[in-house]
Amino acid sequence: MTQSYSIWKKIDWVIILIYVLMVFAGWLNIYSAVYDEQHKSIFDMSQRYGKQLLWIACAFFMAILILASDSKFFVTFSYLIFGIFLFLLLAVLPFGSVVNGSRSWFMFGGFGFQPSEFSKFGTALALAKLVSSYNFNLKEKKTRINLFIVLLIPVMLILLQHDVGSALVYFVFLFPLFREGLSGLILFFLFIVVALFVMTLVLPPAILVLVLVALSFLAFYLIRRNWNEILTGSLIFVGSTILVGIFYMIFKEWPLDFYYILLRSSLLSASIILGISIYRRIPQAPLVSAIFLISMVLSFTVDFVFDNLLQPHHRDRINNLLGIESDLLGAGWNVHQSKIAIGSGGLFGKGFLHGTQTKYNFVPEQSTDFIFCTVGEEWGFVGTTILVLGFIWLLYRIIKLAERQKSTFSRVYGYCVASIIFFHFAINIGMTIGLVPVIGIPLPFFSYGGSSLWFFTILLFVLLTLDKSRFEQLH
Amino acid sequence: MDSYSKRKNIINLIFFLVGGIFIIKLFFLQVINKSYKQSATKNVVREVVEFPSRGLIYDRNGELLVYNQSVYDLLAVPAEIGVFDTTTLCSILKVSKEDFKAEFRKAKSRSRIKPSPVVKQVSPESYAMLQEKMYKYQGFYFQTRILRNYSHNSSAHVLGYIGEVNQSRMEKDPYYEMGDYIGINGIEGAYEDVLRGHKGVRLYLVDVHNRVKGAYENGRLDTSSVKGKNLVSTLDYKLQEYGELLMQNKAGSIVAIEPATGEILALLSSPTYKPELLVGRSRIENFPILLKDETLPLFNRAMGAQYPPGSTFKMLHGLIALQEKVITPSSSFACNHGYTVGKFHQACHHNQSFTLTPSITQSCNAYYSQVFRRVLDSRHFQNPKEGYDAWRKHTLSFGFGDKVSLEFNEEAKGFIPESDYYDKRTFKGGKWHSLSLVSLAIGQGEIQTTPLQMANYTAILANRGYYYPPHVVKEIEDSQINPEFKERKFTSVDDINFEYVLDGMEGVVSGGTASSSKIPGIVMCGKTGTAQNPHGADHSTFIAFAPRVNPKIAIAVYVENGQWGNLYAAPIASLMIEKYLTDTIQPSRQSLETRMIETNLLYPDLPNYIKYQRTNAHD
Repeated sequence: MTQSYSIWKKIDWVIILIYVLMVFAGWLNIYSAVYDEQHKSIFDMSQRYGKQLLWIACAFFMAILILASDSKFFVTFSYLIFGIFLFLLLAVLPFGSVVNGSRSWFMFGGFGFQPSEFSKFGTALALAKLVSSYNFNLKEKKTRINLFIVLLIPVMLILLQHDVGSALVYFVFLFPLFREGLSGLILFFLFIVVALFVMTLVLPPAILVLVLVALSFLAFYLIRRNWNEILTGSLIFVGSTILVGIFYMIFKEWPLDFYYILLRSSLLSASIILGISIYRRIPQAPLVSAIFLISMVLSFTVDFVFDNLLQPHHRDRINNLLGIESDLLGAGWNVHQSKIAIGSGGLFGKGFLHGTQTKYNFVPEQSTDFIFCTVGEEWGFVGTTILVLGFIWLLYRIIKLAERQKSTFSRVYGYCVASIIFFHFAINIGMTIGLVPVIGIPLPFFSYGGSSLWFFTILLFVLLTLDKSRFEQLH
Repeated sequence: MDSYSKRKNIINLIFFLVGGIFIIKLFFLQVINKSYKQSATKNVVREVVEFPSRGLIYDRNGELLVYNQSVYDLLAVPAEIGVFDTTTLCSILKVSKEDFKAEFRKAKSRSRIKPSPVVKQVSPESYAMLQEKMYKYQGFYFQTRILRNYSHNSSAHVLGYIGEVNQSRMEKDPYYEMGDYIGINGIEGAYEDVLRGHKGVRLYLVDVHNRVKGAYENGRLDTSSVKGKNLVSTLDYKLQEYGELLMQNKAGSIVAIEPATGEILALLSSPTYKPELLVGRSRIENFPILLKDETLPLFNRAMGAQYPPGSTFKMLHGLIALQEKVITPSSSFACNHGYTVGKFHQACHHNQSFTLTPSITQSCNAYYSQVFRRVLDSRHFQNPKEGYDAWRKHTLSFGFGDKVSLEFNEEAKGFIPESDYYDKRTFKGGKWHSLSLVSLAIGQGEIQTTPLQMANYTAILANRGYYYPPHVVKEIEDSQINPEFKERKFTSVDDINFEYVLDGMEGVVSGGTASSSKIPGIVMCGKTGTAQNPHGADHSTFIAFAPRVNPKIAIAVYVENGQWGNLYAAPIASLMIEKYLTDTIQPSRQSLETRMIETNLLYPDLPNYIKYQRTNAHD
C-alpha cells in the first residue's frame, strides 16, 4: 500500500494535467470542426469526434499501463523497440496503403496505423541508450557511425515512403545531441543553409552574388580589422568587374546580363585575392575565399535541388510561402483559407460551433493537420494564445523534468520528447498562420487520429515513468 | 551536473522565441488585421440574384412595342464539375466545342468555387432540352436573364438598345454588377431607372463546394425583385413605320411632334436596323457590322445629327425683326438677283421687292440679308455685337443651341455661337460688323441645329410662340412623368407677330417653293430648306405643320444629299402629315408616295426613277 502510494506521489501531475486539458480541448475542437446537424451527439461513434473519444480512452488506458510498468523495461529493451519499429518501417513499403501520396499506413479495416509516427519513439529510446552508453564520445569515429545508423536509417526508410514531413522531424534530434555536447556550429551551419536557401529563392541572382561578396568582405574585416586590405580587395573586385564587362561587351550582345558579369568577376577577384594572400602569407584569406566559393556553389545547389529534387507540390508550397508566386486558388489555397479562418476569429472568437470557415469545409484537413484553425476561429486570439502558452509551459516543464534526471538515458530521452513535441508544435502552427511551408504533420494532442494521439501519449508517459523512478536508477 | 547543463537555457530560449513569434503573428492576424473577417463572410455567403422583368413599352394607342423574353445563362462551378460529356452539351447549346472549352477555362481561372457564366443567353428551346439532362452535368446551373423582344421590329433608334453595363457606370452606380444589362440609349437609356425595376438578392450560406447550407442570417437581408414599370410612349407606331418606309434607302430623319402637348409622334433615323439584331447572342455578331457600316445605321440622326438650318430659319429672322421693331410686315426690301454691298454678293433669283409674307413664300435671300443686318445694326444697340447678342437670346428661346428634350443623353446640343466666338475664332481682333455674319440670315454659316430642334421650332410656329419640351413618354405605371413636360415655355417673340409669318408658310405650300407637296383639303404651313454640305450634295429639309388652325402635327424632315427641300423632304413631310391626319393617302398623291418609297439615294447604282431638272428649283 505504502509502496503504490509513493509511486503515485512521485508522478509529475503538472504534465498530466496539461496533457488531459489538451486532449479534451482537442476533442471539443474536433467536434466543432466536423460538426454535423444530423449527428449532434458528441458521442456518436460514426463521427470523428465519437471515434476520437474512443482513441482518448485507449490512450488513457495505455498511459496507466505505462505508469504502472517498470521503467527499466524501456531502458533495457530500447534497441529492441527501435529494431521493431525499423522492421515496421520496412514492412510498410511493400504492404502499406497510400494515403495522401505517402505509402506510410497499415490499414486494418477502418483503422490506420502509421509506423513512421512511432518510429520517432523508438529512435528517441535508441538515441538515449546510445548517448548514455559507457564509451560514448562525440569525437570518436565509432560513436559518429552509431549515431548515423540510429538517425539516418529511419530517415531513409521514411523518405522511401515519400513522407518528407515525418522525415524532417528527425532534424530535432540535434537538440538533445547539442545538449550533450554537439558543437553549436552545426546548429548554426544548419541555420545558415536555410537562410542561404531562402535568399537564393527570393533574391535575384545578381543581388545574391553582391550580398555574398559583401558578406565575405565583412567577414574578412571582422577577422583582420584592416581597412587597407578591404580597400585593395574592393578595387580588385571593381577592376575585374569592369574587365569582365568590357569583354562581355566585345564578345556578347546587349542588353547586359549583370548576373553573368558579376558571377565571373567575383570568381576572378576571389582567385586574385586568394593568390595575393597566399603570396603575402595572410592566413585567414584562403578560409574566407573558400567560404565564399562554397556559398556560391551552395546557391547553385539550391536551384538544382529546388528545381530537380523537390516534388512540384513542395516547390509550390515554398514559392507560396516566400511570396515568389502567389496562387490563392491553387497551392496557396489551403494556407489562404486557413489564415482567413484564424484571422476572422478576432480577439474572442466566434464562439464554440460558430466558425463558418471550418464548419463549411473551407479549410482542408480541418480536424487533423489544420485543427489549429478551429481554435483560432472559434476561440479567437485569447484561445490561440492560451494554446501557445500551454505548449511552451509543457515544453518548459519537460526540460525541467529532463534536467532533474540522474541518469543520462532519462535526460536524453526527456530532451528527445521535448524536441519532437516542439517540432510538431512549431511546424504545425507555423504552417496554419503562413510562417512555414505546408508540411503535413499533426498538432500533438489536438489533431484527430489514434496513431498520433497514442504516439504522443506513449512518448510522454514513458518520460513520466522514467521520471517517477529517477531515484531508483541511482542504485 | 555535467559540463553542458547550461545549454538547457539556449534550448528553452528557442522554445520561448518561437512561442513569442507565434503570439505576435497571431495578434496581427486576429486582432489588428480586419480584412480576414470580410474574406470569411465573402466565403460563406452566396448571392443568388433574381433579375426582375423589365418594364414594357407601349405606343400612344396602347399597341405593345417592346416586351420581354427569358433566356438562360449557363453557369459553371468548376470545383463541382467532374467528367462530363462535352460533345452532347455543346450540341444542345449550339456552341462550338472550342468556344465552350475556352469559356470554361476562363471560368476556372476566375474562381474554382464561385459560379461564372460559360454560355450566355441559351435559348428557351435548348434550355428545355438540357433541363431533363441536368443530372448528368453536375456543377452546372442556369440563371434566368431577361431579354427584349419587339412586336414590330421597327423604331430601333427611339426605343434604344440594351447592353452589358460598362466599368465606368458600375463605378458610378453600385446597383450594377459585372454582366448586368442596362439601357444604353433611346427610351431604354432615358428611362433605365424606371424600366429596370429592382434586382432581388437571396443570401445563402454555402460550404467550399458551393453547396447551400441554409439561409444567411435567417433571410433577414434577403430582398425580392421588383419588376420594372411599364411605359406608354407618345409614339404612333403606324406613323413611325410609315416614316421608315418613306425613308428607306435614304439617309436622314423625321421628327413629328404634337404641338399642343409636345408629345413626339414619330422620331426616326435612316438608315435604320431591326432592333432584334441587337438582342441576345446575335448582338455579338451584328453590333460590329452595324458599327462599321459607312451609312451609320447605329447613329440616331434625329437627335444626334447637326446641320445648318438653311432657309427654314427665315421665319425666325422675320419674327425677331418684328419683335425688335426694325421692320413692319409691310416693310419692303429689294432683290436684284441677290443682295450686293460693294464686293459682297448674296445670290438670289428674283428681280423685285418683297414684304415679309411673300419673302417667305418665295424664300428671298436678299430680303433676309437686309432684315438680319437691320436687327444687328439697330439703333437700340450700341454696336453689332450687342445686336447679335439680342438676336441670339431670341434664338435660344426657340429651343436652339442646347438640348431641347429633357430625356435623351444622346441628343446633340446644336450650335448658336456666342458673340465671343466671332471675336476669337472667326474674326480675330473682334473687327466684325453685321455684313460679316450675313450668311446666318439664310441659315448657313456657323449655326447648327438638330432635326429634333427643328421639329420643336415648327411646333413653336404652330403654337404661335410657345412649346412644351418634346418628349417620348406620356405615362409611367404607378408614377408621374416629368412635370416640366406640362410646362409651357414661351419664346421672347409676341404671338401677334406670328400670323404674318404663317401666311408666308401657307403660301409656300399653296403656291410657293413646295407647291408640289400640297395636300388637297388640308391647310398646311411649311418651309423648304437646304442644308449646305461641304462633303457632297446638299441636304434637303422641310418643316411643316397642319392644319393651320388648331394644328395637330408639326414635322421636320431631313433627307441627306437630297439637294433641295422640294425634292424629297417636302413630299415626305406632306405624306406623313396626310397619313397622320387622314390615315390614308389620296389617290392623286399615290404616285408621289410610290416615288418617294422607291427613291434610292444611298445606293446610286440602283435604278433611280426620278429625273429632276435643276432649273427653276429654288427653296
